[in-house]
Amino acid sequence: MNYHWNWRVFWEPAPSGTGTYLDMLLSGLVLTIETALCAWIIALFFGAVIGVLRTLPSKTAGLIGFAYVEFFRNMPLLVQLFLWYFVLPELLPRASGLWLKQLPHAPFYTAAIGIGLFMSARVAEQTRAGISSLPRGQKLAATALGLTTAQTYRYVLLPMAFRIILPPLTSEFLSTIKNTSVALTIGLIELTAEARAMQEFSFQVFEAFTAATVLYLLINIVVVIVMRFVERGVAVPGYITGK
Amino acid sequence: MFTNFDFDVIRRSLAYLFFDGMTFTLTLTSLATFGGIVFGTLLAMMRLSGFWLLSRIAGLYVDLMRSLPLVLVIFWFYFLVPYIGQWLTGASRPIRVGAFASSLVTFTLFEAAYFSEIMRAGIQSISRGQPAAAQALGLTYGQTMRYVVLPQAFRNMLPVLLTQTIVLFQDTSLVYVLSIPDFLGAASKVAQRDGRLVEMYLFAALVYFAISCVASFGVRRLQARLAFAR
Repeated sequence: MNYHWNWRVFWEPAPSGTGTYLDMLLSGLVLTIETALCAWIIALFFGAVIGVLRTLPSKTAGLIGFAYVEFFRNMPLLVQLFLWYFVLPELLPRASGLWLKQLPHAPFYTAAIGIGLFMSARVAEQTRAGISSLPRGQKLAATALGLTTAQTYRYVLLPMAFRIILPPLTSEFLSTIKNTSVALTIGLIELTAEARAMQEFSFQVFEAFTAATVLYLLINIVVVIVMRFVERGVAVPGYITGK
Repeated sequence: MFTNFDFDVIRRSLAYLFFDGMTFTLTLTSLATFGGIVFGTLLAMMRLSGFWLLSRIAGLYVDLMRSLPLVLVIFWFYFLVPYIGQWLTGASRPIRVGAFASSLVTFTLFEAAYFSEIMRAGIQSISRGQPAAAQALGLTYGQTMRYVVLPQAFRNMLPVLLTQTIVLFQDTSLVYVLSIPDFLGAASKVAQRDGRLVEMYLFAALVYFAISCVASFGVRRLQARLAFAR
């Protein structure tokens, strides 16, 4: 292989003028993490709400939840981001469309909301699965104690359901982190985009991508370890032991 | 809101969108699904095999692919495949690889990791008595897999495999980052040429939505039928 390896390239100054190539990659890493966290908050909130809607006895609530999940699941994430970024400002009334277009950090907000809503459909499916995996007796017992539906969910069903779906939620969070890379198409300069920029400036393709790969692996490892502690911390004694 | 909506731009570009773009997308999806399932099944068998080295290699491969974003993997292979080609053919310089070949290699190798996890679950869903019985009948490992385990594993996992294929179909839109004219790429090209982003992206979204909806509805029906047969 006649490729000229040069691992010292990371300490060379980048033409962007903000420091070395390593600084460039690290700033991308920070943006990846920030975007992923914001998206994850949105995904958890909407996912939980829609997941609960789908388990309610009301037919209308179930239908709304079903439509929501199908809408966000049956379009590629890239297309959804384009819809939020390019199409939405045009469809709004002129003034608010203009305001949206001139918003600073528009790619960041668009990515956080777009990826958040995209992932919320998946979180909703997990929440629904978690709630319906609970024995029927729990809901019946809560009703028998005189709890309202809201109280039943708040104090009985959801605390249990979220503990059960913690492992699949971890992998959904990992997908959220990975999905932030799609936002480079709308101009979010996150980790993959920085690696690509570094490749274009320095011509050291494989060093740049190796560094990005290592950083993604590190994020994955950290998340998995942290979540293992969380799982152990919130486990109900005698109910869910470990995995 | 839709007052200056130009439907004609869609009508004018229909032939390009479907004959060029959608053909690329569907060919890539079907070939990558086929390759991904074959390679994924091999990975799953490696992972479940008794040789620790084989199962370790397969495990590492699957974990690595599953922890990287597809966009990064697309970039990796776009630059790596010419060098691999050079190494394979013994050429003196990196060979030129077309957009289609490059993305086919990428998607096959990337999705194989996901298909392998599905096939692993499928193989493990077969009760241990079956391979034991096959061995007692004198079948070799290859025959046991070929005639006893894999047919049932496929059948059990068919809905999940098909769902993953729908995900793959949606994921192929990411070849956009290499400016390859797949369906979305074609739509985007027309959109930028004619300055009609709204119409073209809405239309692309609608087409992806319709295809995925019909496909997942089909999978759900299949799942219900398989559940009865078991």
